[in-house]
Amino acid sequence: MRTTIRRSFVPLLALVALFSTPSYPADELKVVATTADLAAVARAVGGDDVEVTALARPAEDPHFVDAKPSFIRVVNQADVLIEGGASLEAGWLPPLLEGARNPRISAGAPGRVFAAQGLALLEVATQLDRSMGDVHPQGNPHFMLDPVAAKTVAESIRTAFCAVDRTRCSDYEAGLRAFREAVDAALADWQATLAPLRGTKVVTYHKDFDYFFQRFGMQVVDTLEPKPGIPPSPTHLTELVPKMRAEQVRLIVIEPFRERGNPDFVAQHTGARVLVLPAMPDGQDRPDYLALIDYDVRQVAAALGQTGATR
Amino acid sequence: MRARSNVRVGAAISVAVLVFWSPPIAVGEDRGVVADLRREIEDVRRQMRALEEKLKQLEERAGAASAPPPAPPPAALAAVPAPPPRAPWSPAQPMALLSGARGYLNLSFDALVDFGWSTNREVTALQRGDHDPIERGFTLPNEEIFLDGAVDPYFQGVADIVFKLNEDNETEVELEEVYLTTASLPWNLQVKAGQFFTEFGRLNQQHPHAWDFVDQPLVIGRMLGPEGLRNPGARASWLAPTPFYSELFLAVQNSQGGTAFSFRNTEEAALFGRPAADRPVRGPWDLLLAPRYVASFDLSDSQALVAGLSGAFGPNASGTSTRTQIYGGDLYWKWKPAWQSGGFPFLSWQTELLGRRYEAGAAEIRDPAAPDLPPLELPRESLYDWGLYSQVLYGFTQRWVAGLRGDWVTGGRGAFRPDENRADRYRIAPNLTFHLTEFSKIRLQYDYDHGQILGSDSSVWTQVEFLLGAHAAHKF
Repeated sequence: MRTTIRRSFVPLLALVALFSTPSYPADELKVVATTADLAAVARAVGGDDVEVTALARPAEDPHFVDAKPSFIRVVNQADVLIEGGASLEAGWLPPLLEGARNPRISAGAPGRVFAAQGLALLEVATQLDRSMGDVHPQGNPHFMLDPVAAKTVAESIRTAFCAVDRTRCSDYEAGLRAFREAVDAALADWQATLAPLRGTKVVTYHKDFDYFFQRFGMQVVDTLEPKPGIPPSPTHLTELVPKMRAEQVRLIVIEPFRERGNPDFVAQHTGARVLVLPAMPDGQDRPDYLALIDYDVRQVAAALGQTGATR
Repeated sequence: MRARSNVRVGAAISVAVLVFWSPPIAVGEDRGVVADLRREIEDVRRQMRALEEKLKQLEERAGAASAPPPAPPPAALAAVPAPPPRAPWSPAQPMALLSGARGYLNLSFDALVDFGWSTNREVTALQRGDHDPIERGFTLPNEEIFLDGAVDPYFQGVADIVFKLNEDNETEVELEEVYLTTASLPWNLQVKAGQFFTEFGRLNQQHPHAWDFVDQPLVIGRMLGPEGLRNPGARASWLAPTPFYSELFLAVQNSQGGTAFSFRNTEEAALFGRPAADRPVRGPWDLLLAPRYVASFDLSDSQALVAGLSGAFGPNASGTSTRTQIYGGDLYWKWKPAWQSGGFPFLSWQTELLGRRYEAGAAEIRDPAAPDLPPLELPRESLYDWGLYSQVLYGFTQRWVAGLRGDWVTGGRGAFRPDENRADRYRIAPNLTFHLTEFSKIRLQYDYDHGQILGSDSSVWTQVEFLLGAHAAHKF
């Protein structure tokens, strides 16, 4: 009896072993980032040692990504998962994690990176009240447009890479060092470019360029959205127009995926200019993180009459 | 914080021990001993201060930048001294301090309120679903408390408790789902255990607030039941190592009651003229077995397709050895462009086709009002039913979704007829939904119903939803 049971188990186990994917890191560390900006920094740190996949497409609204089943497969095979960590992905990451059943990237595992960890976020909610809009409890999650914050995120990513793949830790250290140095070098240049615009007031569509403008000493005085995540309302816009006139706001900054109707309307009535500013590297025109910030800095400078050709 | 008070307590205890444990000193005896003691206490105090100082430094460092790893090399720091952005009003460690999204437990309450009118005075004749509008005027069909979170490193837990008001305005409570899911089994396996909606097709796994229409599709109500197919049990799933997403599910659940509608269920609507037979569980084959295979393909950067095949097999209550088999195929396609904003625009198409073979037992039915008449003899026979629904949703502009659903059910020949539970029916339902935010929506729907027995009816329903608490995450 016992032997027959054993006999029938052997082929079963063999079958399971044959079909199950290996759970040790492959040649290249498989890294999954929720958004393209995090993916770009991961590529900068990991270089050729890592294979990075971004889930959200670079030009889409990162709050509303579909939890497609194909992502479950990607997350299932990940050695490292990098997420923003400030609820930006709250609407779509949890079902992927549940479906992926991957202990290597479960919360608390060395392969899980919360990019916001170690950063002092803006607008941390002191009170949770959704009548104030979709406020993220941990703070404004759009911190990646601040290059100084990106350096800290790169450090967290290095730490995860080293923890998961000790043998190539020196590579990751080198990648981090190179990234930090590149950011530092470029930052001086960017700050010089935008120095004449220090104190300039701008209006954005959503609260997603706050970190960027704060870094360069500019001021976001209001948003087209009356409250985070709530589309522009006529009431709000009729208040916004005189306010922008009074404060002499000359620039309205929106992301590529936003509708143009309301920004154009406000621009028409205030004489301000609408500038479409990408928030994510796209792998083509803005291949990496530095190229993205560089592009954005030059666009802002050009839009406000600074040539942006100081380099 | 706790660490520091622990140090303090520790120091205080050591001081106390030093003071009280030292050999009793006779009054006026050697003053040198007292002086020694004083010195020792001074030493302890100094050590304590040093410790506190060290702790403070550590805490400050943790507050400033807490990547747990060693501090970054000083060379890199020198170039740009600016720390991460720090606003005066924001605490430095948002992740650790605020538990809003990451508490031990996510808690939410979701309410649905329906309002509308139908040309049919008896709304439940049209609306057979357990969470559909039940009368002219207002219905509170589904008010649910949803709890979920990580139990420990090994399990995720979910509890879903539904309240609703019946036609007499009495509150009914359902323990709709309570289950745990494993988090870290090897070989891409996952086990779920408890009471849960069977993974059969797409709609059966969704709670009513996630539905795209006010009411349940006819075919789901007829075959999986007004409450959907859900019972206590266990299911295993395996994420297959295919180059595309594909997953295999196998559930074993209890087979009795209204939540296993086409199985060991003694409700009249599921017996097709037969009296309920005594049908205890005699062996494992008398449980409900439900396999499912689902695969998904990204057709392009902006299009995804999900296709699934499901089955549900088990005994039914119309005879002592009769069984039911339900088969289902489902298809879901969605287009969402690479420049979507707020989740819009999108276009989706969802269809489910179900077929059921119900072995009905033999029975003799006597009319108690006319005992002299010969009894109606129902043979043992196989009853075949078919049905499908197909729906298109178009999120044409931000916050607005237009939908159209077609429903159709039919039943093959049976000895017991006419039977409104197997007769032909169809429904056409266009609707329009306004999603104010992710937390509230308003829906307007028109139903045109036609049935072989029911005739034609029109209904208009509005539905309002609100969600309090944890952010809802949406499955695809």
